[in-house]
Amino acid sequence: MSPALLEVDRVSRTYSGGLLTRRRVTAVNDVSLRLDADKPEIFTVVGESGSGKTTLARMILGLVPPTSGAIRFRGADLARLPSRLAFMREVQPIFQNPFEAFNPMKRVDRYLFATARRMAGLTNEPAIAEAADRALKDVGLSLAEVRGRFPHELSGGQLQRVAIARALISRPALLVADEPVSMIDASLRASIVNLLRDLCRRERVSIVYITHDLATAYYVSDRIIIMRRGEVVESGQARAVLDNPQHPYSQLLKSSVLSPEVPSTGAVRHA
Amino acid sequence: MSSPVLAVEGLKAYYRTSAFGVRREVRAVDDVSLAIAPGEIYGLAGESSSGKTTLIKTIANAIQPPLQVLAGSVVFNFRDRTVDIHAIERESLADIRWKHLSYIMQGSMNVLNPVRRVRHAFVDFAFRHVGGSMAEFLDAVRAHLERLHLGPDVLDAFPHQLSGGMRQRVTIALATVCRPEFIIADEPTTALDVVVQKGVLAMIHEVQRELGSSIIFVTHDMAVHANLADRLGIMYAGRLVEEGRTADVFRRPRHPYTRHLIASLPRLGDSAPKEGLGGTPPNLADPPAGCRFHPRCPLATDICRRDAPPMTEVAPGHRAACFHADQVAAP
Amino acid sequence: MRSVLHLLRANRQFLTGALLLGVVAVFALLSFFSPYPPNDSFVVPPDVPPSAEYWMGTTSRGQDLFWLLTFSIRNTLLFGITVAVLSRLLALVIGLVAGYSGGLVDRALMSINDTFIVIPLFPILVLFYFVMKDHMSWGLLALMMACLGWSYDARLIRSVAMSLRHREFTESAIFSGMSTRQILIEEHLPYVLPIVFSTTMNNINWSIGLEVTLSVLGFTDINTPTVGVMIYWANQHTALVAGIWWWIFFPVLLVVMLFIGLFLLAVSMNEYIDPRSRLGRTGA
Repeated sequence: MSPALLEVDRVSRTYSGGLLTRRRVTAVNDVSLRLDADKPEIFTVVGESGSGKTTLARMILGLVPPTSGAIRFRGADLARLPSRLAFMREVQPIFQNPFEAFNPMKRVDRYLFATARRMAGLTNEPAIAEAADRALKDVGLSLAEVRGRFPHELSGGQLQRVAIARALISRPALLVADEPVSMIDASLRASIVNLLRDLCRRERVSIVYITHDLATAYYVSDRIIIMRRGEVVESGQARAVLDNPQHPYSQLLKSSVLSPEVPSTGAVRHA
Repeated sequence: MSSPVLAVEGLKAYYRTSAFGVRREVRAVDDVSLAIAPGEIYGLAGESSSGKTTLIKTIANAIQPPLQVLAGSVVFNFRDRTVDIHAIERESLADIRWKHLSYIMQGSMNVLNPVRRVRHAFVDFAFRHVGGSMAEFLDAVRAHLERLHLGPDVLDAFPHQLSGGMRQRVTIALATVCRPEFIIADEPTTALDVVVQKGVLAMIHEVQRELGSSIIFVTHDMAVHANLADRLGIMYAGRLVEEGRTADVFRRPRHPYTRHLIASLPRLGDSAPKEGLGGTPPNLADPPAGCRFHPRCPLATDICRRDAPPMTEVAPGHRAACFHADQVAAP
Repeated sequence: MRSVLHLLRANRQFLTGALLLGVVAVFALLSFFSPYPPNDSFVVPPDVPPSAEYWMGTTSRGQDLFWLLTFSIRNTLLFGITVAVLSRLLALVIGLVAGYSGGLVDRALMSINDTFIVIPLFPILVLFYFVMKDHMSWGLLALMMACLGWSYDARLIRSVAMSLRHREFTESAIFSGMSTRQILIEEHLPYVLPIVFSTTMNNINWSIGLEVTLSVLGFTDINTPTVGVMIYWANQHTALVAGIWWWIFFPVLLVVMLFIGLFLLAVSMNEYIDPRSRLGRTGA
């Protein structure tokens, strides 16, 4: 068996209630998955709100510790990492809201330069600028377009590309994208989704792609798991699962998705 | 069409701000004309900075500075009266709201008071229009809820005790209890899960069929329009760029923007490569000259850069604002 | 700069505040041109009411009130500003660190913080005077008050820092490899500065008020002229009873102008500095 890039081993996360309640909320319950190191792929986690997909993403990023089970990156347990910085070099996030991912009061190129300095270890200015420019070109932008701009001067699509560029500067092995296109205009979504697929093939970056949108998941995923209330209800090759879902919840999801096509019978507007 | 319920003519609504020495004029709605027939579901589609939210606010006369209506008219032709919504006084506006014209908003918590039971929302909004004694009114409300497949005990609940989908259904019941002739629905299902969304959309459709109301349904989600709207209007950069029967617009769009938009949508079961639209949405404070789509349009020519194309009828019941509407390929 | 001019034109509060403060500042600067050293007494005829020769009259100790006041207001202002700056620094460091770190560090810092909030200031300061007696100086008093005046605002800053901790751009910054110190200073500080600024004004008012109170009662170094010390000496010479009203009137007038000016400035600049409204202006 080839070495594992990411191993999520029977991971659970529960939150105890506050001072007055003794209720415990189970956000993630006994989830396992495995990504191979030499087979980069887009691994999609599909779920509705409350399914635990965002909590799972945050655990993989090391932002939230699991209450049971373990997450290992290249064999090293996240809870006992020798160097957090080395881990962050290899695993980078892409957040849902591009306008929130950058400080609205600061220019966006700061983050690119900081990543180049700290993560890629570059020290002289020309090298830093060049690394930023190269990453931006990988996502279809350029440093000239982005230099000195504030977040509100760019569109959602552009900002999300800048966020992806920033994540790529340290040449990570894994990107964790939490609903990266849900807050972007529909007309701009396809280019970002295509970009992610491209990055996976070309740069050999694995991507954990979190979404609630089945149509996009179908378009871009290699493997897929469907989560509901913290548990995995179905998993497998993406097209196979989505073409032919076995679990009743997956079937319910699929049947609820509206297709952007006017039904020919003209009267299919009911449940 | 026979007297439309809503007739918008040449509407211009801008945001004008002047603060701390900086003047800005955001041309959110720039010369929009449309008409909605009785009993029709009119979908209004558009992305960020398309101006659709401002258009809705202007139609509802929910206008506050810095938003100003510069030109045009919004006229409602209700059963018993004709109303220019910007010309009437506040008291008449209160008479019309909820009885003839009502709203379904995006967040149910924008409508329901979190510290009072649902019953109070009905009383606050609808009692003055329905009249009768409180007991009669509540009976009527319960009957209405039952027709919409909502249990009457919903009235005694607090909003946080209901799920998001339930709350949104309550909002719809609230908006329809006075049997209004025109309903403005502003992204009512956007924040809902896909499974819940389907139920809520079904409810909207059923209610509309039963009451015979017209609905203007605003959402950026084209799949919802495909499955719900009778006619569809597409907005881009503050202007209406295409309008027609939903099936016509989807199968044979006549504006390059619409075509690109529809072609780029992913569909379940379809893994063919999709292409996104290049460029960026325009800045409404400084929009491009001529046709506002020309910087991103593959068919753009000199005339597009100079003149704004008017909305012309390209097929029966199908209008588009493009000089090259005939060259637009099917998606 | 353009915004400041626009503020001056459009916002009457800002204009009034700026004017009042301007007058006070000019007064303080005039102290450098004073013909008399501040502590000399009986250089002019005592107890002369305001006249063309002595604009604000003279004191019972034979000092020209006008020039004495310039020194007093200068010292008072310096004192207030010193306390404000020192206590802002303390509040910022403690508030930002507590808000960002959370957990035990936060708990420990906030326990200390709450202790300081609860301490009654006045008795402590009086005690301090009695302990220090002859070694009492303005620098020491300023330091002491700074150490007592940070706690309220540290909590405010902490709550802003706490909310910022969970914003996504903080996580972007973390994944960009920025150190905690860099994040606090470069990312979070701009959000915290409005609070710091408006509380600075209040802090100056507070410290000057406390100083005047202590001085009037004689619990400070009464040899350096400040507004409070002037009133102390006026009381010692029973000025009001003796009919020498100007000795009390003019210091109080000037200190009231200072208070109102600072207050108006703080209130009117709040809206300007608020990052949300600032974004609205630059075009978000």
